[in-house]
Parts: sequence; structure tokens; C-alpha cells
Amino acid sequence: MDITFLLNGETRRVQVTEPTQSVLDWLRSEGLTGTKEGCNEGDCGACSVIVTDESGARPLNACLMMMPHLHGRALRTVEGLAGPDGTLHPVQQAMIDHHGSQCGFCTPGFVVSMASAHLNGQTDHDDLLAGNLCRCTGYAPIIRAAKAAQDDPVPDWMLDHPVDLTAAVLGDEGSPTAFMPRHSDELATWYLDHPDATLIAGATDVGLWVTKQLRRLDQVAFLGHCHDLQTIEETADSFVIGAGVSIAALRKAMAQAHPSFAELLRRFASEQVRQAATIGGNIANGSPIGDSAPALIALGATMTLRRGDLRRTIALEDFFLEYGKQDRAPGEFVQNITVPKSAPGLACYKLSKRFDQDISAVCGCLNLTEESGKIASARIAFGGMAGIPKRASALEAALIGQPFSEAALNAALPALEDDFTPMSDMRASSAYRMQAAKAMVLRYGREDSGQVSILEVLP
Amino acid sequence: MSIGTTQPHDSAHLHVTGAARYVDDIPVPAGTLHLAFGLSEQPHAEIIALDLTAVRAAPGVVAVMTAADMPFANNASPAPDPEPVLAEGEVLYVGQPIFLVAATSHLAARKAARLAKITYAPRPAILTIEQALAANSHFEGGPVTWARGDVTAGFAQAAHIVEGSLDIGGQEHFYLEGQAALALPDDQGMVIRCSSQHPTEIQHKVADALGCAMHDVRVEMRRMGGGFGGKESQGTPLAIACAVMARATGRACKMRYDRDDDMMITGKRHDFTVKYRIGADQDGKIVAAEFTHLARCGWSPDLSLPVCDRAMLHADSSYFLPNISIESHRLRTNTQSATAFRGFGGPQGMLATEAAIDHLAHVMGLDPTELRQRNYYAAALGAACPQTPGDISIKRKVQTTHYGQPVEDFILHELTDKLQKSADFVARKAAVTAWNSTNTTLKKGIALSPVKFGISFTLTHLNQAGALVHVYADGSIQLSHGGTEMGQGLHRKVCQVAAQVFGVDDGSVRITATATDKVPNTSATAASSGADLNGMAVKAACETIRGRIAAFMAAQEGCPVDSVRFEGGQVIAGDSTRPFAAVVKQAYEARVSLSSTGFYATPEISWDRIKGQGRPFFYFAYGAAVSEVVIDTQTGENRILRTDILHDAGASMNPGLDIGQIEGGYVQGAGWLTTEELVWDDAGRLRTHAPSTYKIPACSDRPQIFNVALWDEPNRVETIYRSKATGEPPFMLAISAYLALSDACQACGPHWPDLQTPATAEAVLAAVNRARGTP
Repeated sequence: MDITFLLNGETRRVQVTEPTQSVLDWLRSEGLTGTKEGCNEGDCGACSVIVTDESGARPLNACLMMMPHLHGRALRTVEGLAGPDGTLHPVQQAMIDHHGSQCGFCTPGFVVSMASAHLNGQTDHDDLLAGNLCRCTGYAPIIRAAKAAQDDPVPDWMLDHPVDLTAAVLGDEGSPTAFMPRHSDELATWYLDHPDATLIAGATDVGLWVTKQLRRLDQVAFLGHCHDLQTIEETADSFVIGAGVSIAALRKAMAQAHPSFAELLRRFASEQVRQAATIGGNIANGSPIGDSAPALIALGATMTLRRGDLRRTIALEDFFLEYGKQDRAPGEFVQNITVPKSAPGLACYKLSKRFDQDISAVCGCLNLTEESGKIASARIAFGGMAGIPKRASALEAALIGQPFSEAALNAALPALEDDFTPMSDMRASSAYRMQAAKAMVLRYGREDSGQVSILEVLP
Repeated sequence: MSIGTTQPHDSAHLHVTGAARYVDDIPVPAGTLHLAFGLSEQPHAEIIALDLTAVRAAPGVVAVMTAADMPFANNASPAPDPEPVLAEGEVLYVGQPIFLVAATSHLAARKAARLAKITYAPRPAILTIEQALAANSHFEGGPVTWARGDVTAGFAQAAHIVEGSLDIGGQEHFYLEGQAALALPDDQGMVIRCSSQHPTEIQHKVADALGCAMHDVRVEMRRMGGGFGGKESQGTPLAIACAVMARATGRACKMRYDRDDDMMITGKRHDFTVKYRIGADQDGKIVAAEFTHLARCGWSPDLSLPVCDRAMLHADSSYFLPNISIESHRLRTNTQSATAFRGFGGPQGMLATEAAIDHLAHVMGLDPTELRQRNYYAAALGAACPQTPGDISIKRKVQTTHYGQPVEDFILHELTDKLQKSADFVARKAAVTAWNSTNTTLKKGIALSPVKFGISFTLTHLNQAGALVHVYADGSIQLSHGGTEMGQGLHRKVCQVAAQVFGVDDGSVRITATATDKVPNTSATAASSGADLNGMAVKAACETIRGRIAAFMAAQEGCPVDSVRFEGGQVIAGDSTRPFAAVVKQAYEARVSLSSTGFYATPEISWDRIKGQGRPFFYFAYGAAVSEVVIDTQTGENRILRTDILHDAGASMNPGLDIGQIEGGYVQGAGWLTTEELVWDDAGRLRTHAPSTYKIPACSDRPQIFNVALWDEPNRVETIYRSKATGEPPFMLAISAYLALSDACQACGPHWPDLQTPATAEAVLAAVNRARGTP
């Protein structure tokens, strides 16, 4: 397939022979070796690049981006941050002035992430840089540099515009093995004919099949141009979230209605991953530790699946059958997810070894309602406690009708042991997972008492 | 003046523009082959059959090698015992290289390496410290014991005795640039470009593998993307593999480990279990201490012996322990071969002692900082100036360490006092107690810990360095030295030395890649010694050239040689003040040699490691930190809120770079003690072999308030411009974070929480429950 994109301001047209080739490998083969491979799995950020499309500029991990992802977009690498005359970007100069580099290997990724934030006027540096690991500096000088540069004007050379794909000669966007639909209708038809194909949205999971499992994917479809899957529609009482909505976009959309869910999404991987990953992908891959599912189940979300022209809607929790198995027929894909607009009782808790950019050991989401001092309804779901994200039905049953009190929550806790027998692995032991899950229920009871998380404690 | 000023890293501009080249960024010749190792899936087994048919047939594969195909030595060991590059009939850990694939691309080599059909006959594997002890699986034939005084008599005097056991986790280096090497066949020999702290050892081992002399191998090393000790010995197998394959094929060969392979193959920080018993008298003077260090060394000795020695050398931490015994077990296990990591055993030795002291303070009901201060070594003689020999006006007893070295430069009394004031420690400790009395679920903790770290290689002959300096006819200066740049800013500091000697600005000095044909027989850039050793060697070389120029100018101007000054880019001789470049040009035309080597050997050190006696260290570097933390007592989640550090860099040559080492060292140490958990399963497989599962600190994990200051006092011994090494010592400042977490756990109940490390949320919750007596 032929793809067209801007590379540091210049139009490039590339014949892609291996659709799953990573942008990182391609850049480095072109001699643009400033973009580094630190982990090849999207966890270190050394390969960060800026990608601009219709919805704006964002930092992404080049190791998890495949060449077709670039089609119609503008790509800016570390080599493209300084001006044409060599004038350093303000973040580059600040990194020198504040000793923000030591070994220098993570530095290109950091300056790219910082330049992306600078371009977008964002100053929540800790959060935006959570996906860039540095082993030398302890981060303090990097944050000093980010702050020092944040008020400098954006250099004009940083303003990229995506390639206009409606313009004439764009070449062949499809190939026998890699398809790039422009609409979910096209996808539905093609997928019916190619039910064994792999659908690729942000590639934050599929990318690992390629870079780590060294799998060869024979037929793939890149969904990035299915704009109809990337919308969030509001009805009177719900949000209808397209499967292609990024976690970053979802976080923004949920901030008002479901702040606790939005905070969970903040701790969902890094900015680079949140910008690439989609809500549909996070659900469809069926991971027992994906963070969106417990929250959506607690919210009472439904999902619509589509196969050809057939659509069906099911409760989200019914999608997860057992570890590695979902209720999805060949050729069927996730169209959208519907969540209620109001759920004042929702609280989401994530426990992981590291606060930011880590996979949950346990993710617990509780959504209780209260009527005349008693618990009227309960939707409680956990990730990391079983082979699938799962409701705590026994606990829910034990709580309904009880007074909303710490004592009642405490009394109901043993029911969790009927719901779950968690496993031990490198993230946590079985016993600890159970203790932590119980602690989340108790933390829910303290929600009204003010401080519930150590993240809120000031020095 | 260059020395003493803050200057950026010498490559900072290249770093931020992406122009700094690492091994994998170097343009390679056409036809370069890419290598990958095929790895063992068994922790201990005999290889019954090795079927590589599918590997050889895989797309892009050009050559495959096993141990039998190695033309000469199959040995990557930095120690006397051999350590095969490719397994010889037996595998000793999961991840051990068995065969080598060369292919036309990195991906093709990786894919092919997974296609081998290997038949193993499993043998019993020793994975844990307990298993190794039970099987008496030791290096060196058995434990090593060093002692001073009479421990039994000491305990007899003790009013309070505690004993316990502390598990100390290992640590993955997680240098951002993985291991890499490139071999370029040359007319007669081999050129190696690598990412290594020890180019000379690469040269030596590659020469052995090629069956040639060291002069046939040239190793060049411009920079590493992080080292931390992980590139002291662990890069050798890649360099050997590339050289041997390049010789076999006549093509350039490059090898870099994928991150997961890197973590599976290479060694990490040693995990230890330390059993302690420590006793104090009524006044809180420690009268006896007994430690058993159980170190998991992995499948080969590598650098384990000196690492375990250094752990023993730092078992005193900062305290005079009159009666002490340390028994050190260097345990052979079927896991990765543990290796050098910033601190080199020192952190483990110190942590156990600090934990034991907290335990003792807990039992005595004494403030732990108070107990620490009561047991500090006696203060250094005199004030903040070099000690005058023969000055007997102050008669204070100099105390010696348990290995017989006098502690003559002990500044922790003053340093601790100053830090307590600047960190407002006493008031904050009271505030933490008050906060804890009103918070039931969340608890805070605060603690102060000191660092005293011995500077020098304990293997005395390594304490030497060489340099080569050229002054060109245009006045520009180029220098090479034996040290390697891994991010620490060594090259900048060394440039500052040259600029200082010649009185020119830093821009006049250019440093080149470390190369074995410029400076021979170098020591690893390790043991924090880089600037101390190489700075002195460069200074010597520069002074030789400056002396020649001065003699020339003195003769020209008819003034004494020692009156010639080099300042502000000018050379001042008699009535003449002329630019350095002009004087150099004139000296060149007068046929004055403008090139020199320089050499330095650290004075005054000697060490008998069998007896455990001597003066292994030229001096000690000091520091102290106060950390404040908060924990969730229901989940064990924890974070560092604030850290205040006062650290001794001597007369810092470059405060900006030194503060960078301190901040970075602290956060790296805090990672070791909190979130960085290495997990092996029962089959000996490392389960945390990528950043998805192994969690080094991220941006928001640094302390929210992070105050770092330098204790600016010249070194009492004559080091380069009286500075002190800052590479390793700050790492151990993070022990204060562990002690603060323990303090927060102690606020939960009356019992000793016995917090183990790494203090993950799970470990903290277990400690909270122990404190409460509700396991």
C-alpha cells in the first residue's frame, strides 16, 4: 500500500510492503536515529514522536505505531524540533540549561513529549511525562526545564497540518492484506469477508504481538480513518461512545459526569498510550486487567456489536465469558458502548505497584445508590481478581438492603471471598489481592469523609 | 575559572537534538549482519540434543554458531573462573545463551533464534537463598568471615539486644539503552564499538576469543545510554559474539539485546537476606553486632566476590562498632549472574545495619536519629581545612573501622546537625506524630539516614588511570582518558580540568571517544572513581605540556618558569600577555612537544581481602537525607512526600552535575527500595523482564518537595581539586525513604513491623499488620 504523510514538515510518500512494520524501525532505517528504542513495548517513551491529525497534535510511541497509521497525518520527530536555522526549541534549550539530560538516551523522547505539551499549552507535566522513563536524573531537573519553557511562545515551525486525504493523488490505500476503511460500513462488509483478520486501532496491544511475540499478521485492517467510530454522542440520559474513541478523548469527555472514572483513565497507562489506545480495543481484547471494563460494568454500560448489517446490544459484563474468550462471533466488531450520564455513586480505585503507567493488580469500581438510608442498588466490578473483569454478585447481594454504614460494609466483606479466588503473580499475591479488594470497599465507605487517597496528601 | 562552576553535560546539545549517537545509531557498512542469542528455557539441565535445522533455514539467516564453533576462548568472565559465552553442554539458568544466529536484520535474527529444538535433561535447580544454603552451594568454598573485637563479650554487656532478618531485593539496572556492540573487521584485527564501562576488558576478552594479542583489537566507546554498573562486565558476550562472527563471515556484525532478552540474560543487583543481632548498653552505645550476609550470586562468580566484600566493608554504615562479626555467604544459584550495580554491595550492607539500628531504637524506645548520632564515629580532627600532619594540639582519638582503616574525615556530626535544621526535622517529626494521631487510615513517617561510603576500588591495582592530551597548533586541545561517559558528566568534568590547567575556556577543549589505542590498560569506570582517577591523569598530562610551554616562554621573556601564568585564555610571561593560541603556535614553530600522556595512581591505599584488613579506601564520601512518606494502612500504598538532602561532594568541580548525581541516585535508590520488584517463578524464570512488569520510578514518584544541597568543604586528602566522588554515594541516601516507611508502619501499632524490601504496597501492608499484631 502507498501512504502519504508529512515528516518534519516535508511530504513523504512511502510504499509499505510490510503493514505491521513499526514507525520506529522505519525512522531508524531512514537514518533518523534520534528516536530511540528503549523497550519496544510502549512503556519507556524513548521513541516518542508527535503526530498531528484533524483532532490535533499528540505524542505517540513510534514502536507501537505501524506505518499505515501515518497515512494522512503529520509526523514530527526529535530531529524536527529545532528550527530550520538550528534554533533550539524552547524545551530543548531549557533541558540544557537545567541539566535535564545525563546519559541522553531517554532525552529525545522527553523533549518530544515536552514539545507536544508545549504546543498544546498543557502544563500538567507529571502526568504528561508519566510515559517517559528516565533512569539517571530522578526527573527533578526535567520538570524544572518543562516549567521554565512552558510560557515561551510556540515556534512557528511546530505548527503541522495533516495531509488532506480528500485531495487527489493519494495512491492505493488498500492492499490484499491490509485494509484501511473510511467508514464502519466499509469495515463491516470487509470483515465479513475476512473474519480471521486482525483489526488494529491504536495497536497498543496488537503492536506487542508483533514486537514481542514476533507474530506475523496475515490480514489486517487499520481503523484510524473510520471517523464515525470516533464520536461520542449524548442522548437525554446516556453517552454513546464509539469504539474508536481514544482513552484520552474519553477521559476528557467523562471529566464532568464521571470524575472518578476520568481519574481512573488518567492512571490508564501513559499519555502516549492513552492517545493511541481506544475504548473498543480495551474491551474487545478481553484482558482481565484492562481498566475500562470494571468501571463500565459498574456504570451499567451496554455495548453494541456489529456483524455485517446485524447489530446486537448486550450488557458489557456479558461480553466476557472466560479468560481469553468473549461473546464475539467471527467477523463481528464492537461498534459502541453506551453509559448512563448520571452515576453519582460511582467510585473507581486502582491498585498497582507504581501509581502511574502501570497495570492494575486490582481495579475496583463501585456504584451504589441509597434510598432512605439503605443501599438500594449495587453494581460492583473488579479487574485483576478473576480471569475476566467480573461483577461481585455475592457482595452486591450482601449489601442491598443494608444501611449505608462502615459497619454494614465491613459485615458484607466476607461475601467477596464467594465472588473471587484471585491468582498470585508478579503483580500481587492472591491474599493481598483479596485484602486490597476489601480495602477498596471500605474506602468507598469513606468517600464522604474527605481524604481517601494518599495521592491527595500534601507534604 | 572553570573548576567549581556549573557547566552542562558535554553532550547536552546533542542529547536534546537527537544527534548524540549510541552504538545502534552508528551508520554501518553494507552487508552488516545482525546477531541474536538463542536462550535456555531451563534453569539447570544437560543439553541432550540441539537441533538448529529450522534456525539455519529461517529467512535471512547467514550463519549459526554454538560453543563448538568458537575458534578460541569461549569465555566472557571478568573473574578468574571461566564463564562461557555460549553454553557448553549444560545450561545453568533460564536465559543463558546457547547458540548465536547471524542474519540480515535484527528482526530476522530474533525470529530465527526462537526456532531451535532443544532437548534438555533437567537437573535439580537451586533458585533461592534458602535452597542454596541447604545445598551448601557457595562460591569460594564457603562463607567469608571478618571480625573485630569480641562479639560474645560485647553482647554480655548489652542491656538491649535485637535480632532479625531482612530480605533485600535485587534491582534491574534498566539503563535505557540496552546492551549493544558492533564489530568491524580490520586489516589485521578487529575494531569494536560498544556500550561498555570497561573497554579494556572488552579488548582483552575479544582478543582471547579471536586467539590474538590485545594490540590486534581496538575498542572505541563514545557514550552509553546509562550504565549503573550493568555495563561493567555484561557487555562482553555481545562484543565477543560480534567479533567471532565478524571473523567467521568477514562482515561487520552488530548485536543489541531486545529489552526482554536484556533483562533475561544479564545480571542485576544482588539480592540479599541479612540476619542481624545487635546490642546496646544502657546509654545506647552499640556494644556488639553480628551480621550474616546471604547473597544470591547466580550461576557464575562475575563480580560477586568484590560486591560481597564491599557489603561487608559497609556493614558499619556510619557507626563505630567495637565488637562486630560479619559472615558472608556468596551463594551459587541457577539464576542470572548478579553483577555490579551502583553502590556495589554497599547499599545492601548499609541497609541491613540501618534497619537493625531502627529495630534497636524501637525496642529501647529511643529516637532512632538520637541512637544513630550516639554511635557515629568520632568527629574528624580540626576544622574545614586539610589536616596538618604533626599537629598534636587536638588530641582526639581517631576511631578505626572494623577492617582497620582510621576514619579521619568524619563530618557527619556537623552535617547531620545542619541537615536537621535546614529540613526542620524536629518540628516536622512532631507534626507527623500529630497528623498520625488524627488520621486512622493514612499514616505518615519521617526518618533521617546518613551515608558514609568508601571511595577506591577494593582491588588496589585498579586504582590507576591514564590520559593523552594534544594541544594543536591553533590552540585547540583534544584529550582522551581511560574513563567512559555513561551520563554522569565525567567528560565535562575532565574537560574542566584541562581548561583550568591551560587557563582557557571549556570550548577550547574537545574530548574524544574512549579508545584502547589512545589510553591502554584502563580500569572500568566504576566505584565512583571516574573523575578522581582520570581527572588526575588528565591534569598530569596537561601540566607536562603547560610546563614545556612555560619553559619556552620563560626563556623567550627572560622570566622564571614558575612566574608564567595561564589565565583567561592568555599566557602571561614577564611583560608579555598573549593569547594562548598565539603562544602555542610559536611553541610549535620552536619545536616544543605539545602532546603528552598523563598517569595517576591513588596513593596510600592497601588491602588484604583475605584478612579483611587494611586501608582499602583513599577517603570517605558523606551525606544524609530526611525523607517523609505517607502510607495507606489498608492497602499499603505509599509515596514519598518530601526529601531533603545534604551531600558531601568535597569542593565540587561542577555543582550542577553533582546535584544531578544526587537527585538521580536518590530516586534510583528509592525505586530499589519500593516499587522495583524482581519476581522469579518456581521454574526459575524471571517474570518481570520488561517495563510492563518491572516498575522503575516514574516522573510523579520523585518526592514532591525535593531539596538538595551540597556540603561544600574541600576533601581532606588530595583528590582532583579536592573534590569528592558523587557517583554511588547518593544512591544510599534513599535508605531514609525505607526508614520513613518503617516509621509510618510503626505508627500503626506497638509491634516491630519488620518491613521487608522492596517495600511494595503488599510488603507495607504486611508490615502494618505485624505492627498491629494482626497478621
